Amino acid sequence: MRRAETYGGAIPGLQPEDLSGWLIVVEGTDGVGRTTHIDLLRAHLERSGYAVAETGLTRSDLASRGIRRAKQGNTLGSTAYNLYYATDFADRLEHQIVPALRSGFVMLTDRYIYSLIVRAIARGADPEWIKQVYSFSLKPDAVFYLRIEVPELVPRVLANGGFDYWESGMDLPMGDDLYESFIRYQGRVIHELDGLAREYAFHTLDATRSVEVISDELCSRVSALLRGAGVPTA
Amino acid sequence: MTGFYGAQRTSYPGRLFIVEGVDGSGKSTQLNLLAQWLRSEGFLVIYSEWNSSPIVRATTSRGKKRRLLTPLTFSLIHATDFSDRVEREIIPSLKAGAIVLADRYVYTAFARDVARGVDPLWVRSLYRFAPVPTTAFYFRTPLEVGLKRILSTRTKLKHYEAGMDMNFHPDPNESYRIFQARILVEYEKLVQEYRLHVMDAVQPVEVQQRLLRNAIRPLLEDVRGGKPVHATR
Repeated sequence: MRRAETYGGAIPGLQPEDLSGWLIVVEGTDGVGRTTHIDLLRAHLERSGYAVAETGLTRSDLASRGIRRAKQGNTLGSTAYNLYYATDFADRLEHQIVPALRSGFVMLTDRYIYSLIVRAIARGADPEWIKQVYSFSLKPDAVFYLRIEVPELVPRVLANGGFDYWESGMDLPMGDDLYESFIRYQGRVIHELDGLAREYAFHTLDATRSVEVISDELCSRVSALLRGAGVPTA
Repeated sequence: MTGFYGAQRTSYPGRLFIVEGVDGSGKSTQLNLLAQWLRSEGFLVIYSEWNSSPIVRATTSRGKKRRLLTPLTFSLIHATDFSDRVEREIIPSLKAGAIVLADRYVYTAFARDVARGVDPLWVRSLYRFAPVPTTAFYFRTPLEVGLKRILSTRTKLKHYEAGMDMNFHPDPNESYRIFQARILVEYEKLVQEYRLHVMDAVQPVEVQQRLLRNAIRPLLEDVRGGKPVHATR
């Protein structure tokens, strides 16, 4: 039997051995195509007969509204934002991810603690501190990192509705030029994600390729992982 | 280790005095009296309460009302609230040379969250951003005294207040008793660990207030706005 592990901390009251499902994370910066690839991966796994569930950042019942409200006014301090996101994450971990894993689902997660850690570091948080904050989280079975460079990211973001205030780091003192700020902020985010990719052994996927090529690779790698482990299909 | 609350100390021109203790310890009464006195002495006083950041509070009350909070999210949402007050109220006020009075501080989380089964080291690391108070007063109250003060004034205990989320006991009053006893055990550990200044919360209000002022008075030299410090009788 496989035993679920955390990053050193604990979820109060949880017995990790109860978790029989699989936790698969897709990471990558905004606009890189995570949603598309999760949709395709989900369809693929369901066709293969797996029970699939899905979650993503700021989708908690508890804190998602509060975070949205706070963002409208940009009125929280940076540590408070970091901890608000951690609250949202913990709520989803306990109320969405853990129950799905307990029931044997393959849980697909659109970004995980890594994006939150990067977000915090880009806003001046001590990397050791923010990693310690998230030490209660479960280690995923695999993290797939859709990697892209800023110059390739720009046209995609423009084609998909333009630069988002937060994803451009406009809350940071990087000047009031949205384009310049986006370039600098996303450069920082990708640099930090690259660091985490080494530290946490992500599977890096070159996201500059076509959707079909990337999706084929992602689907076959996840399928191989589940098959190799003998995860039952319906 | 540097990763925990208290490891890094920054010194500010202001002063930070905080009160801790279980419900019914009388700490808020004492802090109010202290604030009045300090203001009458001409000091700039900022009063900061636990669980009072306007934006975060809506989430906390949603979580409480709908019983969504677990020990982990209970801990995190209170840390979120507190960090907002630290960044936007406590630290700027200390930099400006004010006297900041806080009703409950990190020790409330250390006692209460650990009583709910949260890892003591994790919560000490979580609160690393908090400045260490000039003095932290702990209003030590025997279990029965605190219980009597609360249970005689309340018609009904709230779900989380009574620790009903922990399934200690189906009766709220019994659950509250068990929960408060566990919190008291944690507070006593904190007295040692952080050298909290212990106040005997069973003494008359005036006696406690006199002792509190006497403890604080020598620490107010060079603080902005005060009249020349002299002993009051």
